[in-house]
Amino acid sequence: MIHFIKYLKSFTLFELMKGLMLTLRYFFKAKVTLNYPNEKGPLSPRFRGEHALRRYPNGEERCIACKLCEAVCPAQAITIEAEPKPDGSRRTTRYDIDMTKCIYCGLCQEACPVDAIVEGPNFEYATETREELLYDKEKLLRNGDIWEKQISENIKSDSRFR
Amino acid sequence: MDSLGLEILIGTLKIFSFVVPVLVSVALLVYLERKVLGAVQLRKGPNVVGPFGILQSFADVIKLITKENLLPSSSNKFLFIFAPMLTLLLSLIAWAVIPVSSTYVISNINIGILYLFAVSSFGVYGVILAGWASNSKYPFLGALRSAAQMISYEVSIGFVIITVLICVGSLNLIDIVESQKNLWFAIPLLPMFVVFIISVLAETNRLPFDLPEDEATLVAGFFTEYSSISFGLFFLAEYANMILMSSLTVILFLGGWYPPMDIFPLNAIPGIIWFGLKVFLILFVFLWVRATFPRYRYDQLMRLGWKIFLPLTLIWVVITSSFLFYFGLLPN
Repeated sequence: MIHFIKYLKSFTLFELMKGLMLTLRYFFKAKVTLNYPNEKGPLSPRFRGEHALRRYPNGEERCIACKLCEAVCPAQAITIEAEPKPDGSRRTTRYDIDMTKCIYCGLCQEACPVDAIVEGPNFEYATETREELLYDKEKLLRNGDIWEKQISENIKSDSRFR
Repeated sequence: MDSLGLEILIGTLKIFSFVVPVLVSVALLVYLERKVLGAVQLRKGPNVVGPFGILQSFADVIKLITKENLLPSSSNKFLFIFAPMLTLLLSLIAWAVIPVSSTYVISNINIGILYLFAVSSFGVYGVILAGWASNSKYPFLGALRSAAQMISYEVSIGFVIITVLICVGSLNLIDIVESQKNLWFAIPLLPMFVVFIISVLAETNRLPFDLPEDEATLVAGFFTEYSSISFGLFFLAEYANMILMSSLTVILFLGGWYPPMDIFPLNAIPGIIWFGLKVFLILFVFLWVRATFPRYRYDQLMRLGWKIFLPLTLIWVVITSSFLFYFGLLPN
């Protein structure tokens, strides 16, 4: 009897039909595709993307050239040079990040005592040449200006958990 | 203009009225395949080029045409270029005898089914020539597999066709369809219909029988060395063959241009639309099967062809013919 059922199943292609029905069910299911450039997935407020140097609301740079980020950077991607300004405050004259070295560990933003260097929510900064990825201070400050609104919102929403 | 010139002109127009829709539907079939595979895998498939991505295949063809055609230095140059042309040519000339409605056919010859069978068997030459002319091991192995596979499955296809011919009593494709006016052969000959569909999958090198182009073991099979539009011709030919074989299935088993039932709203629709709908249905089954089943191993493929399909179809030929003979139903 068991053999009979087995032969019946193989001659009626029972298992194959079962498989076909399964794929047919999936054929009509809702699709999970995200139309990437037009639709984007959600990002965590802790997302570590492209770096940015932030400013205070009055336009002054936050960075005080303490060089903690340079010291903590495990990939040694950050290079800082600093000298006192005429008004006596310490400010950087050079702040370079080699984005090709950076491993996006986020230690620089953890180390920063004034929340100056942060990794923002931007991840779409692919370039056509390698040189464009050697960011200088000007580029980082510009990023800060562009992304300030989202960065400050992210820091605020994440501060409860710190 | 003399009558011969007029006849040639009408013939040429008729040929174009078949070839152009076939080539366009090849492009749409490739698009449909990507959409169906995507849908089964919960993706969306191509949806950027044109409305719903429907122009994707045309963009791909333009890309293929503008690429450089590489000739391997150790290949046989003439055969290497000739093989894809032959393959596409063979998949197109078969359309000469396909009737899309009771009156519209390029050439209504009385041995239409034999012509089709001969042309589709000839298709293996394109594959063999491509594999041999490439002078490279994977194409060669792919070509050998393809030859063995196509020959094996042609045997069972032959017996299936014989069963249908016994029921019809004619080799003319229009007669075959007209004898199904009341009852499609897919119903009384259901096992043959299933065997035919599976054999057609093997004959057109479709999954789960696409061993000649098995990417897991043979890179791309017989067209590994091909690039640019000579690859494109193989691609076109494969899909044109799929459409051809689907129309053959429709003619042999699904009543060609006849509606499922001869009642008012159904029989008001012209036959050519019914024909197209049925071909579309069979093609969808092809894609559906591709999305579902894993690839056969080569010895399993041969076992299925020779040890299961050959005896099964042979027995059904005997059963059908003795049934018809015993009840005196043999056509003239």
